[in-house]
Amino acid sequence: MESIKDKVAIVGMGCSQFGELWDKDVDDLVIDATEEALADAGVDIKDIQAAWVGSMGRKTGGTIASPLGLQYIPVTRVENACATGYEAIRNAAFGVAAKVYDLVLVVGVEKIKDTGYGGLGPEYRAVKWHPLYESGNTITPPGMYALSATRYFARYGLSPDEGKTMLGKISVKSHHNGARNPRAHLRREVTLEQVVNAPIIAWPLGLYDCCGVTDGAAAAILCRTEGARKFRDDYITIKGIGVSVGPGTGRIRTDYDFTHWEETEYAARQAYEQAGIKNPRKELDLAECHDCFSIAELIAVESLGICEKGQAKADIDSGAWTQEGEIPINLSGGLKSFGHPIGASGCREVYEMYKQIQGKAEYSSRQLKNPKMGLAHNQGGSPGRFQCAVCAIGIP
Amino acid sequence: MVGITSYGAYIPLYRLSRDEISRFWDTSSIKGERAVSNFDEDSLTMGVEAAIDCLNGVDRELIDGLYFSSTTLPYNGKESASILAAAGDLRRDIFTADFSSSLRAGSSALRAAMSAVKGGVAKRVLVVSSDCRVPAPGSEHESLFGDGAAAFLVGDADVAVAVEESYSITSDFMDIWKLENDTYYRTWEDRFIQSVYTQIVKETVSTLLGESGYTPRDFTKAVFYGPDPRTHAAIARELGFDPKTQVQDPLFSLVGNTGCALAPMMIVAALEEARAGDMILFASYGDGCDAYILRVTDEIEKVRARRGIRGHLESKAMLPGYGSYLRFRNMMEWEYDLRPPDTSSLNLLWRERNQLLRFRGQKCRCCGTIQYPKQYVCVQCQAKGDFDEVRLSDKKGELFSYSMDERAKVLVLPNVLAIVDFEGGGRFSSVMTDRDPKNLKVGMPVELTFRKIHDGSGIHNYYWKCRPVRCQEVA
Repeated sequence: MESIKDKVAIVGMGCSQFGELWDKDVDDLVIDATEEALADAGVDIKDIQAAWVGSMGRKTGGTIASPLGLQYIPVTRVENACATGYEAIRNAAFGVAAKVYDLVLVVGVEKIKDTGYGGLGPEYRAVKWHPLYESGNTITPPGMYALSATRYFARYGLSPDEGKTMLGKISVKSHHNGARNPRAHLRREVTLEQVVNAPIIAWPLGLYDCCGVTDGAAAAILCRTEGARKFRDDYITIKGIGVSVGPGTGRIRTDYDFTHWEETEYAARQAYEQAGIKNPRKELDLAECHDCFSIAELIAVESLGICEKGQAKADIDSGAWTQEGEIPINLSGGLKSFGHPIGASGCREVYEMYKQIQGKAEYSSRQLKNPKMGLAHNQGGSPGRFQCAVCAIGIP
Repeated sequence: MVGITSYGAYIPLYRLSRDEISRFWDTSSIKGERAVSNFDEDSLTMGVEAAIDCLNGVDRELIDGLYFSSTTLPYNGKESASILAAAGDLRRDIFTADFSSSLRAGSSALRAAMSAVKGGVAKRVLVVSSDCRVPAPGSEHESLFGDGAAAFLVGDADVAVAVEESYSITSDFMDIWKLENDTYYRTWEDRFIQSVYTQIVKETVSTLLGESGYTPRDFTKAVFYGPDPRTHAAIARELGFDPKTQVQDPLFSLVGNTGCALAPMMIVAALEEARAGDMILFASYGDGCDAYILRVTDEIEKVRARRGIRGHLESKAMLPGYGSYLRFRNMMEWEYDLRPPDTSSLNLLWRERNQLLRFRGQKCRCCGTIQYPKQYVCVQCQAKGDFDEVRLSDKKGELFSYSMDERAKVLVLPNVLAIVDFEGGGRFSSVMTDRDPKNLKVGMPVELTFRKIHDGSGIHNYYWKCRPVRCQEVA
């Protein structure tokens, strides 16, 4: 088994505006993200030999072939719940690494806000459909993630106030970062007081503990590293991709604690091994992790090994995850504030890494100083039943 | 000797003060409170509760038949007793039947069960009575009615309550009814109803006493159905029973008139106090009257670990107001919901009936791990397809974690998601009902309860939820 490290380069990326885009449909989002990626790479769409699209619901390769006018090339639509974006990148990367293709397109896209209600509809159900056990109308993502918050508080002896304050600080940071990111969905700072007093969505999670329900798309152009310089000098390479799909037994086995993400630990180990990362906290310059809820960021950071188990509160209190901190987490605003269009999120996380490592953040105020290696973490499902992808990318 | 060998009852957790009803309608209150079933309960789910209470300590494999009586059966043209038998995880080779359409249905079912045992076609028959009647808003019935259930096991061994004598008459008298398409109950002038009711009960009881040679003085307790407290008190006097010492309280003040379950529930209440040798006169009314002379035996002392009437009466939560009652009974046209409706699949319900209705999990034959829902690969040792089915519905557990979803598409919010770890192993990702959102704690003891989840796809979709343990003093 060979490592993917430095075999595949990202030579162009694009990202649509994220938000409640009432005047855009799925085609518009695909076009916005792809045109930017093509222009960024200096590539004509005719040079693309194959494409992968990550999107949930009833989609096919035609979801991007039609709006982009792709001319009879192979297009594959992939899905892995909220970890869909990475699945598209991973499969495309393997396609070029295997030398089956030289230049490929990846698009992650989701148009959610055409339903008339908040949250995800039943077509976004990630598990076996069941009208009673885990029925879509009663078992919701915030309800499931909130189980982990309750348990985390209980495990570490935090009162509801202490727990909500700890989580609230994560959301304050996410909004702070999102407010400074022009393409983010939620571009508004919030105070800790606002966060902890916000209406409850699923106790103990309040409104500001939950990510935006967002329309958006992100796209990438991939080729083998040896040919990357044809397109640009500041290309970025994939250092490692880990993927782990759990058997979903956390809601069945009594030894699952709900306060760590088993799949994240497996996926991170794979990615770190390929990338040669021994101490993620020291070696990574930034991380985008799957923060659909505040508690999701907290547990993800612990499970990624960036922080010891149970030490997140200390990190949060000291500001270790802020832009100025030891390891900035979700500098983009994260799923929380940048937004979470399901199939697009994995690609969008990579977009943030790509721009930061190139030194091309939209505003210099949010540009980190010479980041070399970043980590992106993307997961679908809910506590006890995840599919997770972890990807390390950096300078070649 | 044929008689009752076990009993059980159920009263829903929630009670509504009649002052709240009268406050809402600006009428005078008849005082007291009435039992209100939760939004996810109906006559069938309450019947399951009473049956399980009755079967405490009884080997369910020994039950040969089940009769379910209710005037509010959840289905027309589809039996409910068979669903109750599945929820109770009874054997499949038993007979089941519904008894309905009469306030006397509970007593009719009891009589049929006794006949079956006497005739030798069954050794033990479970008889369940339950009603959840929804009266017209603002009507007198609204304050008067209540929800509840009772269950008896009828057999010919270890009889705790022997049936000495019985007598029945039938009558085409109409006192309460619905036409085919009626939502609410119809009745006639109350003075007329009371008059004929009194005649019918008096005739039946007098004939029984005359034929058997007993007098009112011979009875420890007299248990009568009565439509309302005043009429009930009047008939007791007319028959010559002492209201203070002999007449069984008709549950009006704390539960309400529970329809065809009222007389059976009153019997349970009487048996909770009864001692060996006690004589009980029991008269059940509706489209005629059944009267029985019951003798309590020594075996009664073995039927004590029941939640029954007393336990369930003590375990209660007051509804904050009439609005909660309206919501529980889904009596309003609500705000239109843009979210897709609940759906179901009969195919799936049928395929998975053992784990849905019977709530059976699996026990791995290799490592012994209990798991739910059913798996192909053991979640612990990865052995393949090597399991025994085990009943989990009677397991108690501990709340491992919970959340309170304020946005779920359910009638009563918050929707409490609960991870339950069972005593003896197994975990259930579940929804908690009959809960007080202000009093939830990780680690609290919970138990399972059979509830209606939704009516999607035109099916009453029944399944199990968890709830804080009720009546903790009873095993």
